[in-house]
Amino acid sequence: MAPQLDLALKHAPLRAPAPLFERGKPASGPRSQPGFMKLLGALAFAFLLALPFIDASAYTISIATSALIYVMLCMGLNVVVGYAGLLDLGYIAFFAVGAYVSGILTTVLDWPMWAAVPATILACVLAGIIIGGPTLRLRSDYLAIVTLGFGEIIRITANNLDVTGGPSGIHGIPTWSFGDWSFRDGLDLFGLHFSGTVLFYYFVAIVVATVGIVGVGRLARGRMGRAWKAVRDDEDAAEAMGINTYFTKISAYIIGAVWAGLAGQLMATHLTAISPNSFHFLYSALILMAVVLGGMGSTPGVIIGGLFVSLAPELLREFAEWRYLIFGVLLVVVMIFRPAGLWPATAVLPWLRRHKPQAWPATAPLESLGGDDRAEVGPAAGARPAPADPRAQDPADDGEVRR
Amino acid sequence: MMQLIWNGLIVGSFYSLVALGYSMVYGIIKLLNFAHGDIYMLGAFVGFLVLSSFGGIPAAMSIPALLVILLLAMVVTGLIGVAIERVAYRPLRSSPRLAVLITAIGVSFTLEYGIRQLFGPNPRAFPVRLSSESFDVLGMRVSLSQLVLVVVAAVLMFVLAHIVERTREGRAMRAIALDPQAAHLMGVNVNRVIATVFFIGSALAGAAGVMAGAYYGSIDFLMGFVIGLKAFTAAVIGGIGNLYGAMLGGLLLGLLESFGAAWLGGEWRDVFSFAILIVILTFKPTGLLGARVVERM
Repeated sequence: MAPQLDLALKHAPLRAPAPLFERGKPASGPRSQPGFMKLLGALAFAFLLALPFIDASAYTISIATSALIYVMLCMGLNVVVGYAGLLDLGYIAFFAVGAYVSGILTTVLDWPMWAAVPATILACVLAGIIIGGPTLRLRSDYLAIVTLGFGEIIRITANNLDVTGGPSGIHGIPTWSFGDWSFRDGLDLFGLHFSGTVLFYYFVAIVVATVGIVGVGRLARGRMGRAWKAVRDDEDAAEAMGINTYFTKISAYIIGAVWAGLAGQLMATHLTAISPNSFHFLYSALILMAVVLGGMGSTPGVIIGGLFVSLAPELLREFAEWRYLIFGVLLVVVMIFRPAGLWPATAVLPWLRRHKPQAWPATAPLESLGGDDRAEVGPAAGARPAPADPRAQDPADDGEVRR
Repeated sequence: MMQLIWNGLIVGSFYSLVALGYSMVYGIIKLLNFAHGDIYMLGAFVGFLVLSSFGGIPAAMSIPALLVILLLAMVVTGLIGVAIERVAYRPLRSSPRLAVLITAIGVSFTLEYGIRQLFGPNPRAFPVRLSSESFDVLGMRVSLSQLVLVVVAAVLMFVLAHIVERTREGRAMRAIALDPQAAHLMGVNVNRVIATVFFIGSALAGAAGVMAGAYYGSIDFLMGFVIGLKAFTAAVIGGIGNLYGAMLGGLLLGLLESFGAAWLGGEWRDVFSFAILIVILTFKPTGLLGARVVERM
């Protein structure tokens, strides 16, 4: 057979076979996946900007601001858990580091808030290296419990030290000021008066939308983000492909830490007072639930999860009492029945789903090969069984997240 | 000095009991059972329920009554452990590890806040007070009840070591820990053995819960959270997956904590033991008696 095959290949002009069926043109414009997501994002952002004109009560603005800060936190944890696949159970510790560093610098040392940003980032990077450095070399589940311990260390330390104000925490954290002007002064624009809280709300909205959502999304699509996902899916294979897995994991960890620190700084400004009780393990678990329920690694899912976790206790008062029990049950149920979350990272818009083609078109035998040779050139086109087209499967129903 | 050692040994024996369950489950299915600390809490609440339904117990009878309740609580928590494995962990056995870890956290939350809804958020007084008659040994004040607690813990650990080393079930456990698939091919009923491990581990944690309830005198729904962390630390110190390591690690952690708290002040106790955990993971992640830690594929 082998010499015959050689002969046949020598005389056959090698060319790619014609496609068996025409591939549809990818959708473009607002109906396509990226176009639709951009449109949705723009609409959501427009709604954020319009919110103070719809309801400018102090209560609404306040819970909207906290919800946005939660979204920022969730996007940071999404980098760690969703993209890099590292389970961080003490995530709120970095939030605490950011809040305390900015709180101490602005109240004790009277720095303006913007000057505390680099210090916050530096502190979070250091904390990320200290906690991630030793544990990221080990099994990933060690990281989970060490981060849990680390979260407790930060909370107890804040509770015990004098510089952090002990159990009562830090009060009177100033808002952002630039030179003589601060958000507290308000702003008159086009005959409308914007109060300090509304201005701060806008500030948070812009920071969260640009740094938190677009920034994380772009990081995830870049070289580093692809490395995160590769390490998450198969660490050994990623290493074999030349990715420095340790560096990749610690970079995800540090970026998650910095995002949490920035969110902590925003939260410190928003609440003007912080205390160790705001950084209990419960909140780490709450953020994790938001990410898991929404869909690990999925930006829209995580945003929905973050909004749900932060707004549900406000909107459903009776729910607040039961929420941790319900969240616990939900975590188990989601992991068993829908591990990719409400809006999975691989979700495809319903109108873009490809359907199974009716039948494979019959293929003509290649003329250049003789009829006898063709039967021997392995499983020829005509003899090929019609497999299910992999694209016909609905990725959204493909319940398993591959880690 | 001797008093510190004795206190450390008592607390350490609780840690050991909880760490044993952690270590066994980890050794056999490589799962960090976050809910394990909450099983300890459940044990304390089972003991609380039974004792309160009996009404008061005379002080003279407190130790025998406690032993009976210990057994009862062990059976109940053991069954709860088996149920948790069946409902939450078995469907996910072939899932990625992250999914199982998250499920374990969900189970932990469900247990904690389920108990909170049932018994309320405030600490409850454990309705048995141990007699405080005590005698001096080598300069330590040792009360009879403390002695009983330590002896019970030692007996439980001895029984466990016997089960794992000398019985057919124990051999099956060790086989599964080495290679679950090969054990399955050799005719070991893997699901049943894993259920047994969950039963034993949870029963030990439940026993520790009852003992801790009697020792400290008050229980609350979050009491399992910190001890779960501590028991994990103990298991890591001894080498996770190794039974004797868990016992040794628990006692060692109890002693270290006792000295650390005396040296730094009680409010730094938890920070001290978590710092030990991080230091050990940095310099000797296999623990004192553990084998090399390999990433399971």
